[in-house]
Amino acid sequence: MKYHTQRIAYAYFVVAMALFAVQVTMGLTMGWIYVQPNFLSDILPFNVVRMLHSNSLIVWLLLGFFGSAYYLVPEEAEREIHSPTLAYLQLAILVLGTAGVVVTYVFDLFHGNWLLGKEGREFLEQPKWVKAGIVVAALIFLYNVTMTVLKGRKTAISNVLLLGLWGLALLFLFAFYNPSNLVLDKQYWWYVIHLWVEGVWELIMASILAFLMLKLTGVDREVVEKWLYVIVATALFSGILGTGHHYYWIGLPAYWQWVGSIFSSFEIVPFFAMMSFAFVMVWKGRRDHPNKAALLWSLGCSVLAFFGAGVWGFLHTLHGVNYYTHGTQITAAHGHLAFYGAYVCLVLAMITYAMPIMKNRDPYNQVLNMASFWLMSGGMLFMTFTLTFAGTLQTHLQRVNGEAFMDVQDQLALFYWMRFGSGLAVVAGALLFIWSVLAVRREVVTPGPVQQHRDQMAHRTPAE
Amino acid sequence: MIEAAHPPDRLPGELIMWVLIISEMAVFGAALLIFLTLRLRDPEGFAAAQDHLHRLSAGLNTVVLVTSGFGAACAVRAARAGQAAATRRWLWGAMILGAVFLLLKGVEYADAARQGIGLETHVFYTFYWLLTLFHAAHVVAGVIILGLVSIRAGADGVEAGAQFWHMVDLVWVLLFPVIYLLR
Repeated sequence: MKYHTQRIAYAYFVVAMALFAVQVTMGLTMGWIYVQPNFLSDILPFNVVRMLHSNSLIVWLLLGFFGSAYYLVPEEAEREIHSPTLAYLQLAILVLGTAGVVVTYVFDLFHGNWLLGKEGREFLEQPKWVKAGIVVAALIFLYNVTMTVLKGRKTAISNVLLLGLWGLALLFLFAFYNPSNLVLDKQYWWYVIHLWVEGVWELIMASILAFLMLKLTGVDREVVEKWLYVIVATALFSGILGTGHHYYWIGLPAYWQWVGSIFSSFEIVPFFAMMSFAFVMVWKGRRDHPNKAALLWSLGCSVLAFFGAGVWGFLHTLHGVNYYTHGTQITAAHGHLAFYGAYVCLVLAMITYAMPIMKNRDPYNQVLNMASFWLMSGGMLFMTFTLTFAGTLQTHLQRVNGEAFMDVQDQLALFYWMRFGSGLAVVAGALLFIWSVLAVRREVVTPGPVQQHRDQMAHRTPAE
Repeated sequence: MIEAAHPPDRLPGELIMWVLIISEMAVFGAALLIFLTLRLRDPEGFAAAQDHLHRLSAGLNTVVLVTSGFGAACAVRAARAGQAAATRRWLWGAMILGAVFLLLKGVEYADAARQGIGLETHVFYTFYWLLTLFHAAHVVAGVIILGLVSIRAGADGVEAGAQFWHMVDLVWVLLFPVIYLLR
């Protein structure tokens, strides 16, 4: 760790991982409710669990992005973070807001109060004081990071990261705008999360991936930057109008069906570019970086994002297809693999890379971490396949044959049981990851002869 | 401007501009393919809808835009030779022709609006409006870009501006026959 203030990331990553544990536990709970529908129905209704599962995901990913920015910006700008105090204050505000949200939801406190009560708009139902807190925290963050970059070295990586983070904060402002016209309400509603994940978050993803590739493969910065620009250009070109694929059936004019279909079809391009980028960098790279687990997560991220966001997204993005599949388990399959591949793996890659450095640990404790990658990713892929098959069946029975929703759900029980099993693997993988990052102090598995030899060679000629 | 016989060892012009050009060609190409596919189901409806458009005006506009592209190409040559004044003259010529294109297109749009032709009138017009409006927005952007690069009139900037302008040209040359002429 070259700069003291990079340690701010440590606190962010720890809170992020705690929320990650909460998120997957909520997911598993829901998986159980799917097969045993009365489970917890009196004290923790399904809609609240679902909201906690989705919102805690967003919050821990945001904390992961903030932490990653606090870790990589000092190295890119070649100077300390402008104000560490503000960075910790920002974290405190976010933690307080998150706790406030959970308590307000679970006990439905201050029902109907304009400031303290939940607002009822799905996923943007945070009480107004929490929304304001998020904006204040975002402003503190942007001020802090922008000042650091402005005073230091400006690189393509930090510029793209800043562009993404500014876009993230500005687009959140649409959460405050809630027109009474239901169509307009929905139109602006999609601006928040979906111009994030199909637009500005891709910039954040590309820049963090570029930073990791730079560190892990030792490829020239010039090459990395060229790729970065191409990825950013294709992401914004396809993603902004591509978000129109959410406008098919909400009451907006029908031409959105063509605009959304055509542009969103090209959203696979930046994800393909990111995957190609990661692999080409590794092939070209001269550096044999000892942190193999971080490389595994980075490559896994680019591949699973390509399949989850790119391929599974394209699967149901054309309006002729979406007319039948809209809101079925196909959507759930895409949502799970896309978020996991693009953003969960990304933050976990950054945590895997940065944590050993911040904890001053060498040699790396990698085997458990890599096992957690395969366990979590395997579970998530199995879940994706299960839900895809369930969704295909559901589309046919419900949308083509016209059977009733709950009758169809009954026939999908086998898939929901398998989904619960895959959820178990994901939760086990997540807990193993957190444990391997935070607790384990020694190498758990003794390296084999090949790895021992490599380690000796690496020690003789230290990586540049 | 004599180029070497062997291909250049590096990509001429701006990389990002090439990414943009390929992206635009892909999007317009996809939209035109969908348009042609939809036409198979209703050739009479498409032909009837097409008769409400002004072929002559659009044909004239093709000449205007291609001529404007020639101006941009001459501007690149002048910029490479370091002739700033000549570069600006060619660029302004190209921009004025761009404005003429927009004017003619505006007259067409006004007439279509007067006839009550909207986005939902017929699927032909959905694509007509989407594609030509999207293209016209690029013409506006192109005129602004040419104006910006004319300030410094440097070779790299003018080349990037001309790259964009030729793309706008090319897209129109693809749109014009498919939308206006195909029977």
